[in-house]
Amino acid sequence: MTVKEGAEHSETMVEKVDRAMFVRYAGASGDFNPIHWNEDFAKSAGYPSVFAQGMFTAGVLGTFLTNWVGEDKVRRFRTRFTGQVWPDEKIVCSGKVTKVYEQDGEQRADIELSVTNEQGERKIDGDATVVVG
Amino acid sequence: MSDQQAAASGPPVDWVVEAGKIGEFARAVLNQSAAYEPTDAVAPPTFPQSMALWRARRGSARRGGGGGGGRDMRRVLHGEQEFEYVRPLRAGDVLTATSHVKNEYEKEGKRGGTMRFVVSETVFRDQAGEIVAYSRGTTIVTSKAATE
Repeated sequence: MTVKEGAEHSETMVEKVDRAMFVRYAGASGDFNPIHWNEDFAKSAGYPSVFAQGMFTAGVLGTFLTNWVGEDKVRRFRTRFTGQVWPDEKIVCSGKVTKVYEQDGEQRADIELSVTNEQGERKIDGDATVVVG
Repeated sequence: MSDQQAAASGPPVDWVVEAGKIGEFARAVLNQSAAYEPTDAVAPPTFPQSMALWRARRGSARRGGGGGGGRDMRRVLHGEQEFEYVRPLRAGDVLTATSHVKNEYEKEGKRGGTMRFVVSETVFRDQAGEIVAYSRGTTIVTSKAATE
C-alpha cells in the first residue's frame, strides 16, 4: 500500500469486541484496572458494563498503522481518547496522509488517524509520523 | 508531591525489551505480523506502555494488583498517550527509563466537580546514554465517579 499525500485507508479491525480481548490485553500490558474486566466494579463506577482499556484500542490502531506503513517505520504515534469502546461494538480504523516531507535526511509522512464504531461514533482521534520507503 | 506525581516520577528503571513479551503484546493488540516473531523483533508502537504499567503495579501488588497505586480506579481516566521514536525499539535493547511529571492542572468538569490533569513523560535511553524514545501520557482524575 502506498503512502503518498492524500492517500486514505480504512479497515474494520474487529467485527465484534469481546471481553476476552480486554483480559488478554490486561495480561500483556499489566493494566489490571478492574473496570475493564470486572462487571460489578464497572457498574459500581456508574458504567453499563466493562469497557476496553484505551491502550487496547490504541494498540489495535497501531496494528492498523503498521500493517499499512511497515512495522519499523513509526516515528511518532499519538492517541486521544474521546469515547469508551464497549463489548459487541465494531472497531473501525481509518487514516489519511496529510503531508509528505523531508526531515533529518529521510522522507516522512504525517497521517491523521481515527477509531470509530459501526455508527461512526469517535473513540480515538490520533496522528502519526512515519518514514516512507 | 501529589499521589499522581509520586506514581509518575521516580528513579531510573532498567528495562530489557524482551522478544517473548513483544510477541505476547502483538497478539493482544490483534497483530498477526510475522515481524514480531524473531528474537530481534521490532516492538509495536504502543509497546512501552507495558513497561510503565508493570512498574506502576509493583507498589500496589500486595493490595490485590488493582493497578491504581492506591488511587480509586473508578475516577481515573486515560486522556491521551503519545510515543516518539528516535529509532524503533527491538528485542534485546537494554534501556533505562526515567519518568517525571511535566504538567499538572485542574479544570471544571462538565457535570460539576473538578478534573485534575496530570501530564507525565518517560524518556528511554540506550546503554550509550542516547535517547531512543519518549512516552507522554495524560491521566485525568475526576472528583466524582460516573454516577455521582
